[in-house]
Amino acid sequence: MSSMGTRRFRVYRYKRGDPGWRFDLFVVPVTSRTTVLEALRWTQLHLDRTLALRHSCLHASCGTCGVQVDGREVLACVTPVDELGATITVEPVANIPVLTDLVVDMREFVARFPEEIATVRASEQPAGAVPPDGIGAYGRFEDCIECGLCLSACPVSATSDAYVGPAALAAAQRLLEEPRGVDPDRVLDWADDPSGAWRCHAAFECTAACPSNVRPAERIMALRGALAGRGDRA
Amino acid sequence: MNDVPGADRRAERGPVLRKGVGIPASGWFDPRGRALGGFAFSLNRVTGLGLVFYLYLHLGVLSLLLGGERSWSDFLRLATSWAFLSLDILLIFGILYHGLNGIRVALVGSGLVADRQRALWWSLGVIGTIALIAATLHIYGSK
Repeated sequence: MSSMGTRRFRVYRYKRGDPGWRFDLFVVPVTSRTTVLEALRWTQLHLDRTLALRHSCLHASCGTCGVQVDGREVLACVTPVDELGATITVEPVANIPVLTDLVVDMREFVARFPEEIATVRASEQPAGAVPPDGIGAYGRFEDCIECGLCLSACPVSATSDAYVGPAALAAAQRLLEEPRGVDPDRVLDWADDPSGAWRCHAAFECTAACPSNVRPAERIMALRGALAGRGDRA
Repeated sequence: MNDVPGADRRAERGPVLRKGVGIPASGWFDPRGRALGGFAFSLNRVTGLGLVFYLYLHLGVLSLLLGGERSWSDFLRLATSWAFLSLDILLIFGILYHGLNGIRVALVGSGLVADRQRALWWSLGVIGTIALIAATLHIYGSK
């Protein structure tokens, strides 16, 4: 990169077997267009090849580069360094166990979702419409990119690992909007739990953190409305 | 409901990063990256704890009645001092904030106005501020 200056990066470090975590400091040359992810990759290439991070698409579609930058949940690939201070603190997302450095164990995030959830689903199409040759059926991605930023930002998840969290509840509410063969009562039964929709305290931090406009908090509130609306099922 | 993910291999897990200063609940008060709803949540926690503290303080004060007229009169002299009246205003702030934010959370939580949480906070904030100013004028005016 053509350098226009430098930034100091305090990067969270942890390797399996370490007695604890620490911060390492790296001085990275940046331009006005450098993103946090680019700075981290430069660090990995030139300063410390053991630095572990996740990334894939580089344009906010895959959700793999979610981190905390100065305590705020962001996708590193679309976060310009230029908008940050002279020293930038990069940490993994909160409330999900760290595997190594900035990489967290997303299995524990995905395991929270109800079994009926699928991120790629059959797309509805007008009756009689036929896909072009060679295409069996249209598929469509859900808005949620499963980055885990909402779970990291949630203050309830900070004190309770039992709470399933915003992403899973938002996905459940999506199922109510488009059941596509799933029994809505099963989804509501799943969400109607002290560690489910009722555990949310309406801080709306998940909606503020979400980079994909899923608006998890509003969906949790809608889920609650649906739960309240079906009355006493005891 | 799923079991807590990974609970059976908790001992093998790496550290779980929490916001705040290491104590889990301190993450409620970590201001970094917080939006309006997060601050509203944190202040609701603070005022809630304050009101619980006041409840026990109030019961303690009432127990002064067991000491007879003199101990109660001594307390009344303290209770009508400027400093004590200022604490009353702090108490009224806590009651107003916690109560009005509770109404906001109830309205939002019903799913009826889920996308109006910010507007509700500001609207109820105006009502609360007017009520607090009126209460302050009344308390200091009656001194």
